[in-house]
Parts: sequence; structure tokens; C-alpha cells
Amino acid sequence: MNTQNLQIQNARLIDPASGLDARLDVFIADGRIAAIGQPPAGFSAERCIDATGLIVCPGLVDLSTRLGSIEPELAAAVAGGVTSLACPPDTKPPLDEPGLVERLVRRSETLGLARVYPIGALTHELAGQRLAEMNSLARAGCIAFSQANQPIDTLLLLRAMQYAATFGFAVRLRPQDQFLARGGVAHDGEVATRLGLAGVPVSAETVATATALLLASETGVRLHLSRLSSAAGVALVRQARLSGMQVSCDVAIHHLHLSEVDIGYFDSNARFDPPLRAASDRDALRAAVQEGLAALCSDHTPVDADGKQLPFAEALPGATGLELLLPLTLLWAAQAKLPLLEALARITCDPAAILGIDAGSLSIGSPADVCVFDPAEPWRVTAESLRSQGKNTPWLGYEVSGRVRMTLVGGQIVFEA
Amino acid sequence: MTAHAMPAIELPDADAQCRELATLIRPRLRPDTVLVGIHSGGVWVARRLRELLQLQTEIGLIDVSFYRDDYGEKGLHPRVKPTSIPFDVEGRPLILVDDVLYTGRTTRAAINELFDYGRPASIQLAVLADRGQRQLPICADFSTWRVDLAPTQELELSADANGHLQWSLAEHA
Amino acid sequence: MHNPQLNAHGELTHLLSIEGLPRAVLTHILDTASSFIEVSDRDVKKVPLLRGKSVFNVFFENSTRTRTTFEIAAKRLSADVINLDVTRSSTAKGETLLDTVDNLIAMHADMFVVRHAASGAPHLIADHLRRLGRSDVHVVNAGDGRHAHPTQGLLDMYTIRHYKKDFANLVVAVVGDILHSRVARSDINALTTLGAAEVRAVGPQTLLPTAIEKMGVRVCHDLREGLRDCDVVIMLRLQNERMNGALLPSAREYFGSYGLTPAMLALAKPDAIVMHPGPMNRGVEIDSDVADGRQAVILSQVTFGIAVRMAVMSIVAGN
Repeated sequence: MNTQNLQIQNARLIDPASGLDARLDVFIADGRIAAIGQPPAGFSAERCIDATGLIVCPGLVDLSTRLGSIEPELAAAVAGGVTSLACPPDTKPPLDEPGLVERLVRRSETLGLARVYPIGALTHELAGQRLAEMNSLARAGCIAFSQANQPIDTLLLLRAMQYAATFGFAVRLRPQDQFLARGGVAHDGEVATRLGLAGVPVSAETVATATALLLASETGVRLHLSRLSSAAGVALVRQARLSGMQVSCDVAIHHLHLSEVDIGYFDSNARFDPPLRAASDRDALRAAVQEGLAALCSDHTPVDADGKQLPFAEALPGATGLELLLPLTLLWAAQAKLPLLEALARITCDPAAILGIDAGSLSIGSPADVCVFDPAEPWRVTAESLRSQGKNTPWLGYEVSGRVRMTLVGGQIVFEA
Repeated sequence: MTAHAMPAIELPDADAQCRELATLIRPRLRPDTVLVGIHSGGVWVARRLRELLQLQTEIGLIDVSFYRDDYGEKGLHPRVKPTSIPFDVEGRPLILVDDVLYTGRTTRAAINELFDYGRPASIQLAVLADRGQRQLPICADFSTWRVDLAPTQELELSADANGHLQWSLAEHA
Repeated sequence: MHNPQLNAHGELTHLLSIEGLPRAVLTHILDTASSFIEVSDRDVKKVPLLRGKSVFNVFFENSTRTRTTFEIAAKRLSADVINLDVTRSSTAKGETLLDTVDNLIAMHADMFVVRHAASGAPHLIADHLRRLGRSDVHVVNAGDGRHAHPTQGLLDMYTIRHYKKDFANLVVAVVGDILHSRVARSDINALTTLGAAEVRAVGPQTLLPTAIEKMGVRVCHDLREGLRDCDVVIMLRLQNERMNGALLPSAREYFGSYGLTPAMLALAKPDAIVMHPGPMNRGVEIDSDVADGRQAVILSQVTFGIAVRMAVMSIVAGN
């Protein structure tokens, strides 16, 4: 790879991994961070980037990105400052074949945009019937295994965890009891009652979370719980952590800001899986992310217009998120009066640690995956302003702050605005 | 009243006009004639006429809201009253009673509505006031007052608790 | 949040739900309906209000009864009525709901009367019309999923007002499968808006929505407690598919706990009225002696339903 020697000047550098928040220059050589503050000996910059008034931070790491079409979504990723992303296995077809995983990895490497980390299917075809070939999938590039949103019975889950634990693979689960959630499309609360929508009770999440925690502690598998939606759900994880268990979790950025009330009059853009819950749940999720119990993810799910212009219960769940991850994290930080150093950790070093990848930090020698953004620049979320093919989000029409100016992956400028 | 208001006109005594209207109608009455008042002013006048003419049959009440030709522009009138025709219209001589005759559109609507109850022998029209300015080929058979007013002026009849009728003139933009 | 049923002047332009409608709008509909009652007694049971207008009955879910009442109401307003049985035609060919609507707009529809199995489908159509800038096309919800059946709610209110005159001191019990009932939601919204003194939601926990008390009702699991001293009893139909054992052990057991028998009804006020949106399951939610008894006003509901639907259609089409 031919990379330039780069110097990013006059920026406010925020590196949550090292706790650094200062006006320091960044020096990049051979695709890696060569130095911070003072240039290394003999360094001459081929390009100097003036980042006056801007913030330089590690490229964002997203724990859950559904790609749909690879190229536009990876372009959307770097436009949103995301340089590494984990892709859940519920692609079409599911990531249960090493060949599929290899193709995905190769394709994304060729594009040279964001780095893609596939999550392999835990079971063949995600059907919950028999275990997937985890070793072959890991060799092909999978960094963890998951059932995505598909159900799995408890016995097979136990076996899958035992098998994964044998080889040291991490297991990710979106905790939702398939029976309690059956047919549900919204939080089983006031709004679902009023609108006559079938409810998903909080117990669907807590029952599945408790099951996953019990089986994980029995098998010793490294467990990550994806997209918790309820106060009771994060409370269970907090309790498990206090008892010394190595479990991680994340919260989707939408759930940090929205609640069931945002469904309004059947707005299918507010249809999520798991559903948006009560305001008290949202507040508990905010607390969990603030204390560092949970990381944040974009839960990026491109859905086309045909999938959303349907009655609420028939509409596909999910929203576009890659390009909103940073602005919505900044919004939360401002609302919670949280230092950026703390807030940005949830979308950089914390998810990198969960994924076990060398990313999300600006330490010397690490890959030069960098995001340069203007924290104050406002922009309006519209179908045109989003690069993703997924145009649906509850934020459509809203103005947000925080615009990515430049994204580097391995020292290469992959996005510049 | 503002300075550019229309020249004040003397508003006549509506109760006296009712008596005058009864006098006009009396020679033309047939034994089976019935009165139909148009909501709301016409109903008050028809009730008064029934007393004065000592008619046995109950008067009919008609609200033309469902027959108006301005529904497309204005929508349904916000205070629709039920129409009540407590007699057989078929073959009956009817006198339609209204307080003010103006464009003729209300009368047209009322005639149409009456025909949905049957085929009357005849329909005559009695009004207290005739403003002229007709938009349809309709005229009153009995009228006590010919008055010219500006389009911005509205002649309104009201009834107090004792059934005493009174004219007022309202100005609207 | 702007109520999508009202135009910029606060006038009713679609009827999608009772929820969020001001009391004055409900009262206006009921008052207008009382004028239409008389029209149905005439020789010519027709007024020319909607002459030249095309009303499309678009029923994605079968309901001959409801469709017929809307058809009669539209015809008495002199509208041209086109019945579309969408359950069989377009959706089978992969056409989406909004495709169907676009096609009907191209056929110069003035009003859609929509029945759909999914909650919110009429809202989706109204929102689509708003985006197309077609404020001249109106939507009337004839029942969407579990969400709302606003004309049924209004005709129930008309019936209650007819027999009880005023809502202020009324205690109303809504009994049965409230969870799956759009009628219950519309009735509860209408009753709370019109100021009923107390609305009781009566049924087993399996048939009551989680947060039903947030709709302003008192929850009673015991039918006796629910009926005691009430003025109005609204019985809900128990759908056959609810009796398969998942929510209730059996129809017989349900009747034993929640069936309205003469003995149970005796707990209500002596002049209490009994309502049912129909069709009734005799011996499941209601005893025949009650259904045919002097307190039942179920057939009045049907008669009033036509006038109420005439009122709704003539009001929305004019705004």
C-alpha cells in the first residue's frame, strides 16, 4: 500500500483509549500513527492537513452494521467517520459458509473503505437447528458468532456456547425470547395499548438475557449482548458484571434518544427490533452507556421505501444509522453534559475492545484509522444528504450537529468533505 | 358603527309584519293548506302564522343543509337541525315560510327537499322580507317588505324567550 | 403533535380514530347524525349532499355487515358507491396497499372507506394523500386491526346519548376481549372525551392490554364488580380464534366467568342498557335472554349506525 506521510495540524485531538484530549498534531507514516505532538525523527509530511476548529479522534467502530449493498454502505460508513464495522450474519444468504465470508472480506478489502469484520452464523442458515462450522468460519474471517435476530432453543444455545467456548470464540446474542415476543411489533406499553399494536413485553428481553447469562457463566463463553432495549435488561447485565462475569453489551443509538412515544401515529420509521421502549427504559439505557456498562452501535439497517411504506406492523424494522452514529452520540453527550473524551469512547475504543480488534485508538503504532470532524457544523438529515441506500430514519428532516470532514483508513484518505 | 357604514335603515316591527303576512295569506287559504317553515327564522314566522290563521295541522320544519348547493365550497353547515314533516305531503297545498328571500337558493333547496316527501298539490312562498338580487327564477307569493341592502349586510331575525320577533342588521366583511 | 385527522382549521377531514378528537367534534357528529335519523323515515330516503362523489369501500378484510352499512349511508347521501373486495383481487397480485390507493385516486375517488387487518392502515393512506397534496380526498376508517373502529364508537355514543341523554354521570362497563378489540378502544376514547363519570374495562388479564389503565379506565377482573350499579354495558364479541386455549381455556369457561346472564345484569342499575357491536355469540359472551331482553338496544345501534355514518361522511367530505 502506498500511503503518504501525513500531518494533521491544529486539531483538538481526542483519544479516549489513552485519555488524551489536547491540541496536538498527529503524524502518520506507513499507514500507522507514527507520533503524536512532535514529529518522529526524519519525518517529512507529504501532506499537511489543517484541522483548525476540528476534532481528530480514532475512526469509529460500529458493533452492528447491516450492509445491504456493500459499496454504498461502506461509502456511507466512512462518510460517517466509521472505519471498522461488524456485520451481523443475517445477510442474504446468511454468513454460515466460509466462502461467503471470504467473499465479503475480499470485496470490502478491494474497496478499501471501512474495514469489515463479519460475525458468523451460530447455526446453519441461522435456522437454530444445527451448529455452524465455526472453526472454518473463523479462519475465513469471522470474529464472533451470533444468531442475529433469529430464535434458537435453549439446548442448542447451550451447545453452541460450549462449542464456541472450546475454541475461544465470542458469542453475540440479541436477547429476545421468541415466545414472549411472538407477533409483537412495539413495546408492550402505553403506546401499543393505545394504537392497538401487538406488544413485545420487557420480559421477552429479560428472560432471554437471564438465560444467556446463566448459560454463559456455565460454559465460560465470552458473551456479548446486542442492542439491549430495557432498564431491566441492562440491570441484569450490571448485576452479572458486579458478580465478576465477563459480559459486554451494547445499545443502539436510536434507543438512546427515542421511546415508544416517537411512534406517534404509526410512524413506521420508528419501528425497531427490539422495539423502542418507555421513556424510563431510555433513561436507564442512557445511564448504562454513560457509566460504561454498554457501548453504542448504529444498528444500521438499510430498508428501502417499499419496506417502510406499509402499515406499522407490516413495515420492516430498522433504520439507517452509520451517518448518524457520530451526530447522535454528540447530541447525547451534550444532553448528558458528558465530556467528549468519555462519550467518544462508546463508539471507538469500547466497541474495539468488545470485538477484540486493533482499532479505536490513536496510540503510536496502531493503524491510522482516523476521523476528523466539525462538532458544531449543523446539517439536515434528508434522503439526499445520506449516502446510505437506507433513507429511512426517525431523524429525517431534523437538523443534527457534527459533520465528518475527513476519514482515514490505514493512513489513506477515504473520505473528504 | 364605523363611519363608512351603510346608511341606517329603519327596521320594521317583525311582529306587525307577521300579522300583515297573515292578512295577505288568509284569502288564499284552502282547508288543507299546511305551512312549512325553513330553519330557523322561517320556523318562528310559520309558528306565528299558524296561530294567526288558526290552522289545525302542525307546521312542518325544514333544514335545507343537506340540500344546499354550496356544500362543495363550504362543507356541511355546523348546526344542522332535523327536518320534521308531520303530515302527508302528497296532494297537499303547501306554503313555504321564510324570514328573508334573497338569492333564492335556500328556497330551491327547500322545494327539492319537500319533493322527497311526496308530490304536493302546490307550493307557495311567504316571506317577511324580500331583498331582491335573485340568482334563480323564484319569487314570493306573499311578502311584506321589499328592502335593498349591500351584499356585506345581513338581515337577521331573532326570537326572544316570549316568542317576540325582532330584526337586526349585521355587517360582515 | 398535529392530529392528522384535522385540517389547518381544526376541521375533521378524515375519520381515523376517536383518539385526540375534541369533544366539540364528537358532539357535532352526533348532532348531525340526529338530523339524518329522520331522512331514513322518508319516502325518498336520500339527500343530495354527495351527489357526483365517488365513495370507494376498500375492504382488505371481509365484513359484509360493516360494508353494507357504509354502502347504505353513502347511497342515502346520493354518492356513487364502489365496493372493492381487495382480499381477493389486487393484494393477491403483489400490489401494496398504497399501489391500490394510487389506482383508486386515478379513478377519481373522493373518499375511501377502509377496513384493514393492520392497525394504522388508514393513517398510512391519509399520510400518503397528504404527501400527494390531495386534501380533496378523504379517508374514513371502517376498522383497522385492533386499533380503532371510530364509526362504531360514535354510533355507540349516539345510542348511549339517545337512551341516557347525558354522559356526565354515567358508569359504563366495557366487557370482554378488550385486547383485540378496536371497538373497545374507540368506545373508551369516546367515553372519556365525552366525560363519562367512570369507564370500566372488564375481563381476564389475558384479554386486557398491558397499559389499559392509561386510557382512563378502571380495570375490573370480576364481572360482578364491573357491572355493579352501571348504566351502560357494552359487551364485546369474543372471536372464535381466541377460544383455542391460548388466551382462554374454553368458551364454556368464559361464559361461566364473563357471560352476561340475567342474574349478572341484575347487578347493574335497573334501567341499564346492554349494547353489543355484533355479530353476537349467544351463549359465549351473552345469554339469549339478555340479548333479546328489554334492556338490549342492539338493534337500535344498527339503525343509528347508518345515520352516524351519513353524518361522518358528509362532514369529512365537506372539509
